[in-house]
Amino acid sequence: MSPTMTETTVVTLKIDDREISARSDQTVLEVAWENGLFVPALCHYEGLGDVGACRLCLVEIKGSPKLTPACVVKVTQDMEVVTQSERLAKYRRSIIELLFAERNHICSVCVSNGNCELQTLAQKLGVDHIRYPYLYPKVSVDASHSRFTLDHNRCILCARCVRACDEVEGAHVWDLFGRGVDTRLISDLGTPWGESETCTTCGKCVHICPTGALVEKGKSVAEMVHARPRFAAMARVRSSSGR
Amino acid sequence: MTKQIMIDPVTRIEGHAKITIQLDDAGEVTDAHFHVTQVRGFEKFSEGRPFQEMPALMARICGICPVSHLVASAKACDTLMAVEVPEVAANLRRVINLGQIVQSHALSFFHLSSPDLLLGMDADPAKRHIFGVAAENMQVAQDGIWLRKFGQQVIERLGGKRVHPGWIVAGGLAEPLKAEQRDAILADIPEAIQRLQRTLGWFKPIQENFREEIRAFANFPTLFMGLISKDGGLEHYDGKVRIVDAAGKVIGDNLEPADYANYIGEKVENYSYLKSAYYKPMGYPAGIYRVGPLARLNLIDHVGTPLAEREWVEFRELQRGVPLSSFYYHYARLIEILFGIEKIQQLLETPDILSKRVRAFAGPNRSEGVGMSEAPRGTLLHHYKIDESGLMTWSNLIIATANNNMAMDRGVLQTAKQFIHDGKVTDGALNRVEAVIRTFDPCLSCSTHAAGQMPMVVDVVGPDGKLIERTTRN
Repeated sequence: MSPTMTETTVVTLKIDDREISARSDQTVLEVAWENGLFVPALCHYEGLGDVGACRLCLVEIKGSPKLTPACVVKVTQDMEVVTQSERLAKYRRSIIELLFAERNHICSVCVSNGNCELQTLAQKLGVDHIRYPYLYPKVSVDASHSRFTLDHNRCILCARCVRACDEVEGAHVWDLFGRGVDTRLISDLGTPWGESETCTTCGKCVHICPTGALVEKGKSVAEMVHARPRFAAMARVRSSSGR
Repeated sequence: MTKQIMIDPVTRIEGHAKITIQLDDAGEVTDAHFHVTQVRGFEKFSEGRPFQEMPALMARICGICPVSHLVASAKACDTLMAVEVPEVAANLRRVINLGQIVQSHALSFFHLSSPDLLLGMDADPAKRHIFGVAAENMQVAQDGIWLRKFGQQVIERLGGKRVHPGWIVAGGLAEPLKAEQRDAILADIPEAIQRLQRTLGWFKPIQENFREEIRAFANFPTLFMGLISKDGGLEHYDGKVRIVDAAGKVIGDNLEPADYANYIGEKVENYSYLKSAYYKPMGYPAGIYRVGPLARLNLIDHVGTPLAEREWVEFRELQRGVPLSSFYYHYARLIEILFGIEKIQQLLETPDILSKRVRAFAGPNRSEGVGMSEAPRGTLLHHYKIDESGLMTWSNLIIATANNNMAMDRGVLQTAKQFIHDGKVTDGALNRVEAVIRTFDPCLSCSTHAAGQMPMVVDVVGPDGKLIERTTRN
């Protein structure tokens, strides 16, 4: 069914025992956030398509034994959602710890220290130590671009950059290559960023990056402040002005 | 019976070390060594990182003197960028570096060494600490704590926090100075001077009580090395290198920091992770030299601030030529604190100090850069190489303490020979062996850029190499 044929209705559902009304085309995450509920997420970004990459927004939905990522599930009539439980807290904490253990996130010397969504979430979720052994992978830094740097050590594979570049800028510089822990962000199918023919140097990927993986060149520790682009608002303005 | 004495760990120093003392059949000292027992590897794991990250990353070498590493590292980065740092930024880097020197010197003199100086080398070890000092002479302890706080607050007021401020960056400073920051520091200057002068008034006469220590604490001829300002004055941030001999005669002047490999050699000894630096033209071990407050006061032509100048003149009259005993590091440290306070005032009172021009922006424009500055403990050098995109490919650090390594090692032997006889090893004798190390105020975690365990150990070993006695302090 094409989107134009989907009938948007108003549904009522329960989130954390609260009766909530929402549009049927909204995701559970959108509705939860709209109602001021805390559900952590790193790969979701307002104005971009969701891919359910980070698994931090997992919620419990009555009737399903599985945990469900709230960013990719639409609300339905009489749905009962639990966003806070001991089980969820345990999984969310574990996910954050696994992200830290998988690459080399050294906050104290990171250019994004103090301006990092991973760091903020870890603090909020009470992650004060990592129970998993660090992998300390030897990964590279691509500083070939004249204005920006890609540091794989800090990448959490959320693919926000991939989507921003593809869906908003329309350049599609970025892709994810490889599998599992060996997955890497690549530009132009594996050419150094500085040699990319598709990159427009717009900086959207840099400013949308939740961590210190994509940063402005020349920044010292804690100096990389992300100017979060407002894609959804831009889209609304453009559609209302007839563009 | 022959034996080996081991002091492990050595206490009231920064970092981790041990000392071994070798005795012969008659119980006399035949040999002694100072071992630094830790290794960390900053030179290695900085490889592959963008060079602009180096100041903040290298500062993590040390929590006592992060500013010294920030300064030396940022200077190396300025060279890589091929930029001239705006004058105001250079002066503000000077101010924060002096704040670092004041606080570190105060820590060394008051918190670590004043227990020996006030209570005596043979005092009860349970009382040889800053609280013991406070119980005996509250004023000395309060002045020490206050002066350290003053230095730490200079760092905090300028850099935003006391330990690991991120203010100093490649090309200059992250932010200009605000009037309220300046005024807050200036308001404390008169009290800082008063407290330091009171300390000098107490300390200068009591040096008489330490004649034996003065005679035995690394009191031998060595060269002295340090930075010097254009007009031959005391300099901690910039300038050229001067080397003087044991008589105070200049044997190397206006040496470029970038050419350090021509005049500084580094030797690895199998008993320590800390490399021994030596003056290359004289070879190893004849090229033994010392750095730090004693060296700096021994090689300058004048100080550059009025009150410290007066004290320096008196200091240089201690001995014909230049004072050689490392015991005088303590005295030199106090004079440098005075200089630091006066100089901070001078610099903050310059009219354009609030200028907003504090940072030069540039990419990587050279493949190699050297930064040299004077850390509290002496000359500090960072040398970096980068690839075309500005990623680090190689680094070499010569930390102040490495420059003093040979002198510390020999100082331990000299002191042990003076105070250990007939196989009798008293606590006072062992404390003196540690105290000679403390005069240098070594920062061992810095100097090996290293991770460690506890402070220090002294081993006494027999001629057959068998461990006979080990003194450890936990």
